[in-house]
Amino acid sequence: MKIEILGTGCAKCIFLYENAKKAVAQKGIFAEIVKVEDIMQIMNYGVTSTPALVVDGKVLSSGKLLSAEEIVALL
Amino acid sequence: MFEWWEQLSAVMVFDGLGLIKGSQLGEAVHFFIYDTLKIYMLLVAIIFIVSFLRTYFNTEKVRVYLQGKSELSGNVLAALFGIITPFCSCSAIPLFLGFMQARIPMGITFSFLISAPLNNEIAIAMLFGLFGWKVTAIYIGFGLLVAILGGFIIGKCKLEKYVLIPVTPMSGDLEDVEIRLHVTKRIKDAWVYTKDIFIKIYLYVLVGVGIGAFIHGYIPADFIARYAGGDAWYAVPLAVLLGIPMYSNAAGVMPLIEVLTSKGMLLGSALSFMMAVTALSLPEAMILKRILHVKLIGLFFGIVGFGILLVGYVFNAIL
Repeated sequence: MKIEILGTGCAKCIFLYENAKKAVAQKGIFAEIVKVEDIMQIMNYGVTSTPALVVDGKVLSSGKLLSAEEIVALL
Repeated sequence: MFEWWEQLSAVMVFDGLGLIKGSQLGEAVHFFIYDTLKIYMLLVAIIFIVSFLRTYFNTEKVRVYLQGKSELSGNVLAALFGIITPFCSCSAIPLFLGFMQARIPMGITFSFLISAPLNNEIAIAMLFGLFGWKVTAIYIGFGLLVAILGGFIIGKCKLEKYVLIPVTPMSGDLEDVEIRLHVTKRIKDAWVYTKDIFIKIYLYVLVGVGIGAFIHGYIPADFIARYAGGDAWYAVPLAVLLGIPMYSNAAGVMPLIEVLTSKGMLLGSALSFMMAVTALSLPEAMILKRILHVKLIGLFFGIVGFGILLVGYVFNAIL
């Protein structure tokens, strides 16, 4: 599983990255978590608000700081 | 709407604490307790309602609706969406580029970028609590007008060349974005958001109302009318300039403005100040500087600032 956190480096993006790490640990799954900070790459996902959560190429949430529990529910 | 609370807080202050009705200290304490709790109640209620409604919208959805709209009608729509769409200035870059990608004219994007911070939930709740629904309606109405016309004029200036990052316009149309959420989840999200905001601003409100209560009780009206308001020609531009650096403190600044208006500052100057606080956001300008030429940002600030000035002068003249 590949989890991508899209964000140009705002505080919320960093928190979402941390929460994603916690969520993966809670679920006990094997996943690669990547931060995508390049704006051109972010645009390719069709999001207009950050932070966004992308799992295996699919945008699951944008413009929201999800809690670890919410991410667990989405995975 | 809050008569019951006015009476209850009067009983608490004058009977409970034993302060004398009509004394400076008594009036200041009564005003402080009455005002803070009234604003807290309104803040929680309004932020909750607004953030609940906003769970039905996001900027991706707005982009779908704005795609292919012509100028003017697109500017109007974008300004209206600015009220009900959750937006944080930290997302200004993906929003700006994403709208360009969808071939939405730049002026329409700017209408959204002016309207969204102007109509933020904190400003609306504070205005409603302090000035009542009429002033709030005037603020929103003229705010929309500034957003629509400001965006329209920026669009007419054809400044696409000042966007520093090349954007390839997409071909074809976007598909509608669905937000599937159960109502209970929407209520829960709105409540969490309301709590977060409240924790962030309640101290500012307390300090703002505290200073306001002091002015209310101790500083005579003619003093303020002479120095902070009146109909001096420079009152409005001064209000706008002072408003620009106040961006993050709308909650703390607005109680002061309310007291100043009740003591003789003209409502037009007050409106200009509040619009400058919310619409001319320095942090947003700094973020946009990464993708827009300084000239374009300068023009954006200039046009919005000019619009706000006009609103102030018109109101000072007619009210």
